Amino acid sequence: MNIDSIQNGIVLDHITAGKALQIYTDLHLDKLDCSVAIIKNVKSSKMGRKDILKIDQDIDMNLDVLGYIDPDISVNIIKDGKLIEKKKIELPERLIDIKKCTNPRCITTTEQGIQQIFKLTNREKRIYRCIYCEADK
Amino acid sequence: MKHLIDPMDLSVKEIDDILNLALDIIDNKEKYSNVCKGKKLATLFFEPSTRTRLSFEAAMMELGGNVLGFSSAASSSSSKGESVGDTVKIVSCYADIIAMRHFKEGAPMLASMKSDVPIINAGDGGHNHPTQTLTDLLTIKREKGRLSNLTIGLCGDLMFGRTVHSLIKALSRYEGIEFILISPDELKIPDYIRTEVIEKNNITYREVTSMEDVIGELDILYMTRVQRERFFNEADYIRLKDSYILDNSKLVTAKSDLSILHPLPRVNEIAVEVDDDPRACYFKQALNGKFVRMALIMTLLGLEA
Repeated sequence: MNIDSIQNGIVLDHITAGKALQIYTDLHLDKLDCSVAIIKNVKSSKMGRKDILKIDQDIDMNLDVLGYIDPDISVNIIKDGKLIEKKKIELPERLIDIKKCTNPRCITTTEQGIQQIFKLTNREKRIYRCIYCEADK
Repeated sequence: MKHLIDPMDLSVKEIDDILNLALDIIDNKEKYSNVCKGKKLATLFFEPSTRTRLSFEAAMMELGGNVLGFSSAASSSSSKGESVGDTVKIVSCYADIIAMRHFKEGAPMLASMKSDVPIINAGDGGHNHPTQTLTDLLTIKREKGRLSNLTIGLCGDLMFGRTVHSLIKALSRYEGIEFILISPDELKIPDYIRTEVIEKNNITYREVTSMEDVIGELDILYMTRVQRERFFNEADYIRLKDSYILDNSKLVTAKSDLSILHPLPRVNEIAVEVDDDPRACYFKQALNGKFVRMALIMTLLGLEA
């Protein structure tokens, strides 16, 4: 299978196999007019299988979303067909309006216009807790 | 400006300062009788309360201040759909400090993000109740003379018991604390308290289901009510509500200097006959609540006698 190299844009590499579609959705890549390639289950010597996303446009990307979904992703910035920057991402300390608290007892379920904020409380286990009710759901 | 939303908002030193101030207030009531003259406390209670609301109001009155507020969501504009954020913005125009109780977890945290005056969490759902914790700590300090080297049994609804969560957080910072967590399997402490508070601080603890098996080991027995209002399913409440009932027969094997605490209200988890036992401290605890809230109000308003 061949996917053309991109000239100017972003390649998200080393995505855990199966997570590319979630990233496509959560980064709202469906709203872009440019070409976006979702490549699933690519053989990888390091990971066994991985996903890759190629975006044929340089866009402002919410790295917190990426870091939350999969902090091991490589973000490669391509300009004039060449790799000009490799961004390292990590688990964000806070998630703002990235996920919603599902604790039915939480104030966020009834208060209008409230920011959904989660804080990282356990980096090793990747646990985020709602700052309001401390639930991790 | 400082708020009190979670017991961990206060350092150990700040807690000690508040408890010491409360002890001084107990000994020198007259000295503090006009400290809050011209100041107003708003008590915004979206959920019913007897002790907490009245002790806050009594505390402010004994400091020479005034109080305003409401005692149920039905008697506020929240019944018309007003948000917590808007309510707090409005009330902070009228009061110097706000004590808020709400049935939704995190409501006081939200309020603190919107308010121009200090917010005190007076209980948010099954989450936290930091002023009850200050009350409990003052009671333990007065009864035992220390907050360290204690074996503390927490009994009953440890899942939804906000006083339990707050007390564990606060005590986890003192030396030589051991917790014995006594509850039915369905009402064990939330995972985040176990892993991110107790285990993170390397505190010795056990989870057991029998009160009788461990009562002889305890310095403090902290009883709680199984709270009907926290259950979505009435059948679950009925099945669990009588899990633990402390009576004189169960106290036979307890230490002679055990202190029995309860945040109150009780339903039937402590038999009335226990009230006459010198080890029962729960009514003294309620009185301590007023003094510690006086100390807290002064501290958050930055006032001195």
